[in-house]
Amino acid sequence: MKLLTGNELGSGAVTWWTGSGWSIHVEDAVDVGEGGESILHAEEGARRVNAPYIIDAIATPEGPRPAHIKDRVRALGPTVRPDLTLKPADPAAGDWII
Amino acid sequence: MYKYDNYDQAIVDARVAEFRDQVNRRMAGEITEDQFKPLRLMNGLYLQLHAYMLRVAIPYGTLDSRQMRMLAHIARKYDRDYGHFTTRQNIQYNWIKLEECADLLEELASVEMHAIQTSGNCIRNISSDQYAGAAADEVADPRPWAELLRQWSTFHPEFSYLPRKFKIAVIASPEDRAAMRLHDIGLELVKQDGELGARVFVGGGMGRTPMIAPEINPFVKADDLLSYIEACLRVYNRYGRRDNIYKARIKILVHEIGADEYRRQVAEEFAHVKTLGIDPPLAELERISAFFAAPAFDAADVEPDRSDPDFAVWLDQNVKPHKQAGYAIVNISLKPIGGIPGDASSAQIDVMADLAEKYSFDELRVTHAQNIVLPHVAKRDLYAVWQALREADLANANLDLISDIIACPGLDYCSLANARSIPIAQKIATRFADAERQRDVGELKLKISGCINACGHHHAGHIGILGVDKKGVENYQLTLGGSGAEDVSIGKITGPGFDEDGIVDAVEKAVEKYRELREGDERFVDTYRRVGMDPFKEAIYG
Repeated sequence: MKLLTGNELGSGAVTWWTGSGWSIHVEDAVDVGEGGESILHAEEGARRVNAPYIIDAIATPEGPRPAHIKDRVRALGPTVRPDLTLKPADPAAGDWII
Repeated sequence: MYKYDNYDQAIVDARVAEFRDQVNRRMAGEITEDQFKPLRLMNGLYLQLHAYMLRVAIPYGTLDSRQMRMLAHIARKYDRDYGHFTTRQNIQYNWIKLEECADLLEELASVEMHAIQTSGNCIRNISSDQYAGAAADEVADPRPWAELLRQWSTFHPEFSYLPRKFKIAVIASPEDRAAMRLHDIGLELVKQDGELGARVFVGGGMGRTPMIAPEINPFVKADDLLSYIEACLRVYNRYGRRDNIYKARIKILVHEIGADEYRRQVAEEFAHVKTLGIDPPLAELERISAFFAAPAFDAADVEPDRSDPDFAVWLDQNVKPHKQAGYAIVNISLKPIGGIPGDASSAQIDVMADLAEKYSFDELRVTHAQNIVLPHVAKRDLYAVWQALREADLANANLDLISDIIACPGLDYCSLANARSIPIAQKIATRFADAERQRDVGELKLKISGCINACGHHHAGHIGILGVDKKGVENYQLTLGGSGAEDVSIGKITGPGFDEDGIVDAVEKAVEKYRELREGDERFVDTYRRVGMDPFKEAIYG
């Protein structure tokens, strides 16, 4: 599957295309399939998100997981500061990153 | 310390106002990211993996308690309560919001700080010896020269769009504590027949093509120094490769045309530049130098009481001799076992500011090894300083030992990185957590980079580690024998790389081999140079 991701313009936070908007949670991301490029161009025009790009991902029961380690780190937060990730209360939340 | 004059303050304030307008236009959608990116980078604002990152300049690593407290305030108010001190003696904040950035810069400007020229193809923050003004072995204080170069290079119109970024270091001691010869230009102030001048080295650097800068001129008189540096830059600006980013640094130019030809061209250019009268008048040099006058040292020369064993260990490891009797240089390690190299919480930054104000004539230094220095502490106060540091978890007695690791932010934060650096540093430090064992190993400079750009200075590590991406999996190459000091050298790769746990084991095997082979007072790198790579290779892979 393919996901569309970028960083929010104002906060710089990592964000994922949900089919109708953007979410900071990768679990909300949808497969953009072959239509990714057109969504990307439309969103670039909207200027809500910085430098959007399309990545490969894998569907899992817990939701989409980026294929490359760099995007997996982006998806949750720094592996060395669990307290600064999107799920600080769950130290095991990042077990799928590495 | 240097204090801004009206010109300094006016240009920094004007830049903040200009950037505020640019941010507003970007937020309003009036300019694209492609248009905005070079503007934000000129103000030190990067977009990293998780957020915007702001790199704040700390000129030659020197700051006072008021500035240090501002760094803590910014960490609290605009970031997530911590900052990351870098190998360029700067500080980075990892979670900055674009919409708040102009306010942040305005607060920074109120204490004579900014983020200008911490990115882009310009002359970056001038770096220097963290012991400047305190070291017994310096021939002069390098800071006035670093400050002169800061002023000269700030918004220099001719050098704002160089082929590539440009880094200058100034030292004034035979002991190189600033990796001087691994800079685009390295200056070592020296005296010849009583006259002050500089040895000029050009074309060093790390990155994907590490090179040690050759000496281009053994003695440039102080009166000519600015003109000579200008000539060095002009030759580079004219002939540096702009067609290939990987060949754009000055080291490639010097290497390709040769040091002799580069030297000849600089001499020719210098003859012209010297007619332009850019070297400052003596009065200006004296004005700048006056800001760096020695503090009013008046403490009696008393040796501290060593009866507390933990204090005694810290004294031996982290406290260095001062040129003034009765004083000492205190190194604050930002490398707790299992911690993140170079990170400090806002509370810790405040503690260091308080200690500087109370015990170090209001001065602090940031080191390229990502530690902090209190340069002028009376020996009678060392125990009190240590107690306060210990209270703040800042009394790690590991300066220059294997756990005093330089590490770039790596894949945990950096968009350029291929592999994580910090977890490797944490695992190695934890493996060698035993203080006795560390001290028995002795001086061992271990440096880790998460990609070939070498922000973690791995080429200059006695042991260096380079993280690479091997088909989407982190892999770590090991190098041995590098040094960023006066015995400068580039490390050599041992062989095939390792996974995350494998690299920790490999480091331990190399260290144990050293302990087996060392003779007398040899450091790790000395033994490596004597016996060569083979015994280490056999221990690591055998």
